[in-house]
Formats: sequence, structure tokens, C-alpha cells
Amino acid sequence: MRTIFALAGVVIKELYRRKDFYVLFIITILICLVMASVNIFNDAKIVRYLKEICLLLVWVSSLVIAITITARQIPAEKENRTLLPLLAKPLTRTQLIFGKFLGCWSACGLTLLCFYIFFGALAVSREHHLPLLNYFQAAFLHWIMLGVVVALTLLGSLVFAAPSSNSTICFVIVATILCVGRYLDAVALSLAEPFRTILYAVYFAIPHLEIPFEMRNLIVHDWPLIGWNFVGLDILYLLAYTAAFLVAACLVFRRKAVN
Amino acid sequence: MSVILQTEKLRVEFKSRELRQATKIALHGLDLEVNAGEVFGFLGPNGAGKTTTMNVLLGFVPPTSGAAYLFGIDVRQPIARQRIGYLPELTYYYKFLSADELLRFYAKIFGLSRTETDQRVNNLLKLVELEHASKRPIKFYSKGMQQRVGLAQALINNPDLLILDEPTSGLDPLGRMKVREIIQRLKNEGKTVFFSSHELGEVETVCDRVAIIHQGELKAVGRVNEITGRHASLEKAFLDIIGYQTQSAT
Repeated sequence: MRTIFALAGVVIKELYRRKDFYVLFIITILICLVMASVNIFNDAKIVRYLKEICLLLVWVSSLVIAITITARQIPAEKENRTLLPLLAKPLTRTQLIFGKFLGCWSACGLTLLCFYIFFGALAVSREHHLPLLNYFQAAFLHWIMLGVVVALTLLGSLVFAAPSSNSTICFVIVATILCVGRYLDAVALSLAEPFRTILYAVYFAIPHLEIPFEMRNLIVHDWPLIGWNFVGLDILYLLAYTAAFLVAACLVFRRKAVN
Repeated sequence: MSVILQTEKLRVEFKSRELRQATKIALHGLDLEVNAGEVFGFLGPNGAGKTTTMNVLLGFVPPTSGAAYLFGIDVRQPIARQRIGYLPELTYYYKFLSADELLRFYAKIFGLSRTETDQRVNNLLKLVELEHASKRPIKFYSKGMQQRVGLAQALINNPDLLILDEPTSGLDPLGRMKVREIIQRLKNEGKTVFFSSHELGEVETVCDRVAIIHQGELKAVGRVNEITGRHASLEKAFLDIIGYQTQSAT
């Protein structure tokens, strides 16, 4: 475990020593502050639109950070040849994958913490109340969901040679799942065979990330908390996909020659 | 003397990605033995199979047939790498870390205790003369300094066997001399060093034994003076062994 934590520590150091995160964070803050200063409906009490837009920005930023950090990990190790001294140590390739995953996922968690603290402060300044448990449920499921994205991108980085193509493909896949994933079964019904079966298979095979995405409404509309049993089941569902992608990444990496 | 690095009929084939191109044979049944405490030079022209041999020894590339052992353990087992240090050719270490942080990171991978890590890191920074720059990010280091950081990371676990892939490649004469001095010092400490190089003068100076490989086949192995034999220098012997004839000779 110490090896995995050491690898994860380097990924986290990379996050806070590079400029990417700060740029995205500052842009998000600026857009949110500009939005907050404009009173669109001429009613200071209406803050839902502000929360909606800010949370969407937080989601987009978190996905960009998760995908870009993860996509460059192993390709950068190969390009700079740091993978060689690393694998020349008594370290298994599985440990390397898990270390990179843990680092990227933890880095995403730290990023989310910063985003949600800022978002909470902004919302409190307008609404004067803070439903902490709602925030916790939404942020926690958001983080668990990012685990699936990180594992998927890590797998992609072993399959696709260029980090840019991997980032684009992963971003398109995740955005498609978030936007249309839930409608695939309905679309399948309107299709003829064999496309109906194929689309159904896709519907059941893809990880459905829309529940964490919809949790935004807990904060935006102050909806009551979701039952913890349901949240627990969704966490298990997302963790199962994360594990599946990680196992696939380990299997792909195990067979790869490194030179 | 105990054998600590051994290959037995090592054969490596690379399948071509192009359909019509034949499979490339990188190593043809290589048999090699390196004894404890010796500095062993591994020579050959570009593309001869030196780096492939090292890649097999380090578990980066699986052999097509044959076997390789480090300290008697099959190289496919990670534990075989517990007592080795490795310096690859031209590596660009994590730019956002300092030399101190980089060495501590590798020490954690070896599972060294904090006290042991502090001691090793300080000693190695002194050995490679990077104490003054230890807290500076590696991105500000010159090529020679980066190579010395590489040498320090290869020594972090106090290895019994060091595998160095062209350790002086791309360095200026001063940098080369410093690396050579470090290899000499390691030799005096009783470490085994297995290294590839194109600098034959350097090999002549520091090596106990050398092996010459060409087109994946071992052409000669022995003590430097045995290999040099009737030739004026190791370079002349090397060219003769790989079958190169100078213009004036032809």
C-alpha cells in the first residue's frame, strides 16, 4: 500500500504545482461572480438560476480536470521515460495502475472540495442558509462518479497512443452518457431489430452517471435528501464500474511491452 | 565468484506492425554471465540488442524464448529487482519535483524507513554533488545534473547490481568524468556494474570484462586485455569483431 500511496502523492503534487487547476478554478470563480452580480429577474431572492449555472460549471470543470490529469499520466511517463526507472523497482504494473488511479481520484476530490466550498460560500451569501447534508450527498456522489471517469480515462490512456485523442474520446463518451444515456432504452423501442437489441445492450452496458448529475437538484431546488439506502446502492453501482475499468486497465497494461 | 546476472539462450523477436514485413529478431540465443563485484561493459553498435537485453533483464520486455536471472531469480518476478539500481538512457525526471523529493519518492517505493531515507538521500546528494540544488525543481537542472539525479535514484536502495544504459550519453567531458568517477567509486565499494556505452575509451578505463554484441548475437566476451589482444586499442578490436573495415583498409 505504501507504494500505491507514494505514486498517488506524486500525482497530487503535480496537480497543485501545475497551472491547469488554478486556471480552471479562477475562470469558474470569475464566471460565477459575474453571474452573481447580475440581477436577471430583478429579484434578489431568485438564486436558483445562479446555482444551476454555477453547479454546471463546477461539473464541467471537474470533468475537464479529471480527464486531463488522468489522460496524461501514463503517456507522460512513457514519453519522459520515467516509466523505466519506476518499473525497474520492485513494483508491479497493477500497483502502478492503482497508484495512478488513487492519485488522480484524490486530486479530483481535492478539486471538488475547493469548488464546493466556493459554491457554498456564494450560495450562503445570497440565501443565508446552507443545507450541509444536501451538499454532502451531492458532492460525495459527484466524487464517486469521477472515480468511474478516472478509471475509464486510465484505461483509454493505455489503449490510445496520444493523450489528446484519449481526452477527447473520454470527454465525448462521458458527456454523451450524461446527456442521452437515460433515453437510450426509449430510443431502442422505436428501432427495428437488430439495432433495438444492440442499443439495449449498450444501454445496459454503459455506466449510468446521471444519478450523481441529477443530485445537483438537491442543492439548486433545495429538495429533501435522497434515502441513504438509495445513495449506498448507487455508490456500489459506480464502484463496480470503476473496478471493472481498473481490472481492464491492469489486463491491458500487463501484456504491454515497455521500451 | 558468484554469478548475479545470467541469461540463457535469450531470444527476443518483435512482430512487425506492417503485414508484409518480417518479424525482427533482436536477440539470437544470448548467453551471458556477470559475476559479483565486477564492472562489466556491454558494447555494440546502435541496434545491436544492448537495450533490448537490458529491457528483458528489467522485465520490460518478455523474452520469446530462453531465460534471464538476477541473483538467481527469474526476472519476471518483481522481487528480482529488489537489489538492483537502473539508470535508463536520456530520462526526463518529474519536472515539478526537486531532487530531494524525487529520491524520497523512490525510497518510498523500496519501502525504506524515514531515518534510512534521510541518511541515503543526504549521502547520495553529496555523492552526485547536487546538495546545493537539492530543493530546486528538476526542470531547472542542466542535462548533466539530470543524469546525476538519475544515478542517485539508481543508488537509492544501495543496490548490489547497477544496470546503466549509456550513462554518459550526451554529457560534456566534465559530466562524463564525474559519472566515470562515481562508477569507479562504486566498483571500489564492491558493487557490480553492468553498463552499455559507445565510449570505448571509458570502457577500457573502468571495466573488468566486456561483451560485444552485434545483430543480436554475442561476438566476444572476456577481460579488456583479452579482447584488445593484438589490436592497438579496444576501439580497433571492436571494429574488427563487428566486421567493419575502414576505407583505407579496403
